[in-house]
Amino acid sequence: MTDVLPPAAIFIIGGLLVPLIKGKWKSAYMLLIPVVGFINLINIPEGTHWVVGFMEYDLIFGKVDRLSLLFGYIFHLISFIAILYAIHLKDNLQHVAGLVYAGSALGVVFAGDLFSFFVFWEMLTVASIFLIWARRTKVAQGAGYRYLLIHAAGGLCLLAGIVLYVNQTGSIEFGYIGLNGLATLLIFLGFGVNCAWPFLHPWLTDAYPEATITGTIFLSAFTTKCAVYALARAFPGTEALIWIGAIMTAFPIFYAVIENNLRRVLSYSLINQVGFMVCGIGIGTQMAINGAVSHAVNDILFKALLFMSMGAVMYRNDNKINCTALGGLYRTMPLTCICCIIGAASISAVPLFSGFVSKSMVMDAAATGHMQIIWFILLFASVGVLEHAGIKIPFFAFFGHDSGLRPKEAPLHMLLAMGIAAFFCIFNGSFPSYLYSLLPYPVEYVPYTVPHVVGQTQLIFFAAFAFTLLTLSGMSPPELRAINVDADWFYRKGGGLFYRVMDMSMNGLTRVADRVIVGELTGSICRIFQRWPEVLCLGVMIPLWSVTGARGKDLQGKIERTRAALQTHTSPIGISAAMATIFLVLIYLLM
Amino acid sequence: MKQENSEGKKYLFDKPGNMKILAWSFFLSLVLLLVLEFFIHKHTHFPSEEWPEFYCVFAFVAFVALVLSAKYILRTLVKRREDYYD
Repeated sequence: MTDVLPPAAIFIIGGLLVPLIKGKWKSAYMLLIPVVGFINLINIPEGTHWVVGFMEYDLIFGKVDRLSLLFGYIFHLISFIAILYAIHLKDNLQHVAGLVYAGSALGVVFAGDLFSFFVFWEMLTVASIFLIWARRTKVAQGAGYRYLLIHAAGGLCLLAGIVLYVNQTGSIEFGYIGLNGLATLLIFLGFGVNCAWPFLHPWLTDAYPEATITGTIFLSAFTTKCAVYALARAFPGTEALIWIGAIMTAFPIFYAVIENNLRRVLSYSLINQVGFMVCGIGIGTQMAINGAVSHAVNDILFKALLFMSMGAVMYRNDNKINCTALGGLYRTMPLTCICCIIGAASISAVPLFSGFVSKSMVMDAAATGHMQIIWFILLFASVGVLEHAGIKIPFFAFFGHDSGLRPKEAPLHMLLAMGIAAFFCIFNGSFPSYLYSLLPYPVEYVPYTVPHVVGQTQLIFFAAFAFTLLTLSGMSPPELRAINVDADWFYRKGGGLFYRVMDMSMNGLTRVADRVIVGELTGSICRIFQRWPEVLCLGVMIPLWSVTGARGKDLQGKIERTRAALQTHTSPIGISAAMATIFLVLIYLLM
Repeated sequence: MKQENSEGKKYLFDKPGNMKILAWSFFLSLVLLLVLEFFIHKHTHFPSEEWPEFYCVFAFVAFVALVLSAKYILRTLVKRREDYYD
């Protein structure tokens, strides 16, 4: 094991060295990282490698089996594509963040113990946040903070679960966990945050559309897919996942219909596609797991392709990304348009494109398990995918009304990156046996049967027919400059409410304290301690002075002098001593 | 994809003829898909899948239901001004 390195190390160390390399070599260097990483990866034999003792536990940095290898391959491929797409950037922050983020994702999938898994899991959040903040807008900054808070909460939940779990089992090995008891539930929920489960999802639709053009490509690939990997590793066959996945496929499509920002449409679409994977993991049969994992691979490619095409549109149109601002761009960006259509066809599961050979495995697994309701939800969601990703994305950006924009075609490196992703979308769809040969379990599923092809084509064409009729009759929802509130309302408005409640209660308390203690109480105490000695002293002295024969002005003068001396705290020693004596006598009498 | 034209910019779908070809081939495919149904042997898991033209009808109805419910129900509930959170 001396000639190969842990896959994560190549990306993380390689990424941290990026700022040291200047000039034209920088691009070549960055592109070389995933290439070297890939050569390294294919030379790692299956098994357990890089075991490091840590206290009484063993940390394992290389649990290499068919499941982790496939995620490793696709993470290397998508890193190469994302780096190529971002090669024009002069921003070291984004390059370092992207590479460390990819390295952390590799760390997660090859981690064989819960400790190193957790550390890489948290590094995912820390590295990815810079891809959001690097946009350097106020909106991105806000979205980034919310992203960080949610992931920090998810991370703590996971950590609490891991601590309890290790305490119970005495082992830190990361393998099948299964849902039983509080510890596993916390781990399950921790994965769920990164997986964007319903109600835990708004960090995704909030932050991804606000990230940088190139950062979103990295983001769309790693965080959610690492969570899919973790679920496939630790919770296959957990029934709750079937329903969670089915809801994930169904609810985002409604939001996607009325969303104006096309990258946010893709973010909802991302949740929808991850839903198919989660559902497959929940079903848990060999075919379902194969379907979930192969769909993860295909989704990484076509979702990146769609995000890249929308990124190219933003890049060439002053960051415009709303449906209301775009339209008719096929005229001057034909190659980007073709790439977008290939991505749209793949996600819509058009025969010969990648979605067709993987999504259908999950659906077939649901049907084989006689889960009729689930199967219908997934079928409905498939129609929904077609609406927002298959038709809306290409239609509103490249066709639809002519916005009058005539931008230049995307730069060559972006076209190349999109071209590679598009190639794999078609290759995986047309020659699925290569992808199938890499799946965790042997594949018996045959995607290209006449009824399947005809049924799916009917589904697509008649959905498109419905779209045509709705659009021609003016019944499609008009694109509006508006936002739609989602579950993030609870903490975005709830956060404001919390702030106001705290402001009212805590600052109110301070104000009351200020008025009562500083304004009133201190003054009165001060006055009392000035007035009492005066009253006491004069009460004793005036009769004495009267007895000793002081009268009129003389007495008045004595009183004035005593009062002034007490107010300025400069009373003669005799008076001070007398006061102290009176005070002590008073105390003695009162006690 | 671009139609080179020396004067003015005429692109692929700016020409009504091309749009007509596209529309007709689309409608022809729909008819073809409807007819094709009767020449294939389906492998079904659920009884509803055996209904004639199941996928065509399901896709059409689901699509319309999705779009209209999103438009009339969800949008009414969740639409806010763009500066809602500011």
